[in-house]
Amino acid sequence: MKFQITVDDVEAVAIGAGILGTGGGGDPYLESIQLRRELKKYGAQQLINPKMVKEDGLMAVVGMIGAPTAGIEKLQEGTELVRAVRLLEDHLDQKFDAIVIAEIGGANSMGPLIAGLQAGIPTVDGDGMGRAFPELQMSTFLFHGDVEVTPLAMVEAGKGSVVIPTTIDALWSERLARNLATSMGATAGIAGVVMTGKQVRDYCVPYTMSLAFNLGDRVLQARAHGEDVSEVIASSLGGKVQLRGKIIDVFRRTTRGFARGNLTIEGFGGAVPRLEIDFQNEFLVAKQDGEVVATVPDMICIVAEETGEPISTERLHYGTRVSVLVVPGAAALKTPEALRVVGPSAFGYDIKFKPLPGDLPDNGEVFGRGRISF
Amino acid sequence: MRIGIDVGGTNTDAVVMEGANVIATTKTPTTENVTDGIVRALRTVVEDSKLDVGSLDGVMIGTTHFTNAMVERRRLEPTACIRLGLPATVCLPPLVDWPDELVEAIGRHTYLAHGGHEFDGREISAFDPDEIRKITEEIKSKGINAIAISSVFSPVNSEFETKAAEVVLEVLPDANITLSSTIGRIGLLERENAAVMNACLRNLAAATVASFKEALSAMNISAPAFISQNDGTLMNADFAADYPVLTFASGPTNSMRGAAFLSNLKDAIVVDVGGTTTDVGVLQQGFPRAAATAVTIGGVRTNFRMPDTLSIGLGGGSIVKENPIKVGPQSVGFELTQKAKVFGGNVLTATDIAVAGGRASVGDQGLVSSIDSILVEHVNEKIQEMVSVAIDRMKTSASLVPAVIVGGGSILINDEIEGISEIVKPNHFSVANAIGAAIAQVGGETDRVFSLAEMSRDEALSEAKTEATDRAVSAGARADTVEIVDVEEVPLAYLPGNATRIMVKAVGDLAGDQ
Repeated sequence: MKFQITVDDVEAVAIGAGILGTGGGGDPYLESIQLRRELKKYGAQQLINPKMVKEDGLMAVVGMIGAPTAGIEKLQEGTELVRAVRLLEDHLDQKFDAIVIAEIGGANSMGPLIAGLQAGIPTVDGDGMGRAFPELQMSTFLFHGDVEVTPLAMVEAGKGSVVIPTTIDALWSERLARNLATSMGATAGIAGVVMTGKQVRDYCVPYTMSLAFNLGDRVLQARAHGEDVSEVIASSLGGKVQLRGKIIDVFRRTTRGFARGNLTIEGFGGAVPRLEIDFQNEFLVAKQDGEVVATVPDMICIVAEETGEPISTERLHYGTRVSVLVVPGAAALKTPEALRVVGPSAFGYDIKFKPLPGDLPDNGEVFGRGRISF
Repeated sequence: MRIGIDVGGTNTDAVVMEGANVIATTKTPTTENVTDGIVRALRTVVEDSKLDVGSLDGVMIGTTHFTNAMVERRRLEPTACIRLGLPATVCLPPLVDWPDELVEAIGRHTYLAHGGHEFDGREISAFDPDEIRKITEEIKSKGINAIAISSVFSPVNSEFETKAAEVVLEVLPDANITLSSTIGRIGLLERENAAVMNACLRNLAAATVASFKEALSAMNISAPAFISQNDGTLMNADFAADYPVLTFASGPTNSMRGAAFLSNLKDAIVVDVGGTTTDVGVLQQGFPRAAATAVTIGGVRTNFRMPDTLSIGLGGGSIVKENPIKVGPQSVGFELTQKAKVFGGNVLTATDIAVAGGRASVGDQGLVSSIDSILVEHVNEKIQEMVSVAIDRMKTSASLVPAVIVGGGSILINDEIEGISEIVKPNHFSVANAIGAAIAQVGGETDRVFSLAEMSRDEALSEAKTEATDRAVSAGARADTVEIVDVEEVPLAYLPGNATRIMVKAVGDLAGDQ
């Protein structure tokens, strides 16, 4: 378990979070440069053990909302998240004790550390997804009926900001926030989902910042020692390598503002089965020879075959050599309440969720660590 | 008739080509002042081919000069960068992820100003000429003349970059300005990096292109000169003097294109076997397949499209070990002619195995006659297997494709490679780079975000194709030969309004070359 994040940890977190992004969540590259700069300025960012938080503490979830493709062009001012936090505090007339991570997968793993550094409060070592998802309502904090997205503060580069005091439900919050984010240049900082420490403790996917670091660190070691990186990633997360092969087809379309599509991967040697994967920002469903082998909320991760570098849905290219990994999702995503929001049916699939064996590691440690000696 | 020249760090190669025929080739050492080496190479091929220089359609030059300058951090000009995008982009200023010694070489003269556009074309903030004037006064007071200008979403709307350049020229009439929108694609930091690299190379580029021209006029050649770019297409020499950054990956591209040409294959695997490594690449419709991941040049991240190659530790100098059999990745490298057994050394190398197996005749075959023939057979099998595995990883389909083998180590490869339809070992393989330059076509590219709420997908695609075609023609292509070779659409995730990024590439034959 990690107690703080320092400059030396950023590379590993970026790799681990990229893999946990399961194709979505944006490339953490730009945010990791900013995080390094902030860590050099402020020193280490403290992490809080989610099982040891103060029960009556007040906490808010932060993250960037918008399109990653806009985010790589209109770079952040760099204070969007902390300004959203301050705006929400002003609205509530209360101060937050800690920052909570919305999603550990992809670029949003970094912002909550930056916002915590700038606000001078710690970040909780846990998040609401244990991976990346495309929409606000897809969060373990919201599956229990006693936590709401609103009040929600949204901030753009410059002076523009909005507070949404109330909405009908989480889905409605998502719609409102999505449209506001578009007006804000398709990249905005948000703070919301206000909770007590007890709620954070009971509902979060625990120790995922530690997990992202340990996973990335393991990948760096595997590269340095010439290990089979794909195998290392899969076994570290309790999953398996489903197929190694080449992308032979990518088909994309846009529906309701999301990048959807599917891709086909053919195994090396040609004789082995083909894998078809559907995506909506993240990889959703994997079928091998027509048979479903993995679906949300379990994770389908695609990495570069030689380096283990995560490949996002926007970087899928004909001919790229990849490994497809299937990894069990966090336990909190697989309850009946959760599956209504993040299961295959929530993404429009008439498929029953058949869980992969096991759960994502829930102690922040990757499986098998310590057993491997160099 | 065409002449192709490859100016490398070690050798300057030249070829004379008439249509598809290679008339003459030569390899000469590169000289410090570039001109002398080119003149020597030109003189040799012109004399060998009895060429009438008046009948030349063009001279095509490929060079690694500018890449090497970036990597070695030499002959770079102090450069300022002005970025338009305030209040956004503050947390990641220009040069933010550059290596320290490179920043030292050009200085950290970075400025943020108002301007820039949103993804949908709205202004982030208004352009302020006075702000740019003030910044330029400061740049002027530092005695800096090279300036890169970037603006948020300038590939969609370059208006503010152009306006800023006009203001800069009012204050610094001789400024050497590079606009990011003229070289890069979406991705502000990478595009801006390319613009700054371009700006700091412009002096060197002007001098180098002048040397090229001087060499041509010394040979009384009046045909137009072209320089090869990253993607295997050509730009005219004056354009290259303004955009040296566009030459960055032209070396491997020319080598693969040359291999394709020599073998007369458009879709093939290219296996370049050197002394230490073997590089495997894929040709699709005669062009190298591009890599999917970000590429760094001299430690700077860019979004150029580079050829996708897989490098394995196998070459003519690879050291062979027994029990178990292992070939490479250690290599005797350039010391092959001292250390390999066939040359009287005591290290068993892949070349020794090839000679002992009777598939090559270099050095003294008698020195390897005592090697156990079963060992020779097993090592040979291992080598073919290593190449087979590498080829399989690069292939895009299970069907059999031809493999073109080039490079000095190609003697290692025989026809036992799996997964391929045939092995082609073309003539002139050692000057594949110069041939790749000589046969290059002219290309044009566009990369923009379209809102499909405002126009149909077909309209957007046709607008993008027209733009790419126009760019190919203005770069020197003959209009009736231009074809679209690549179209890519990326819907922008998480956005309503069907915003879609469309990238189109067009190429055509060089005007004047019938």
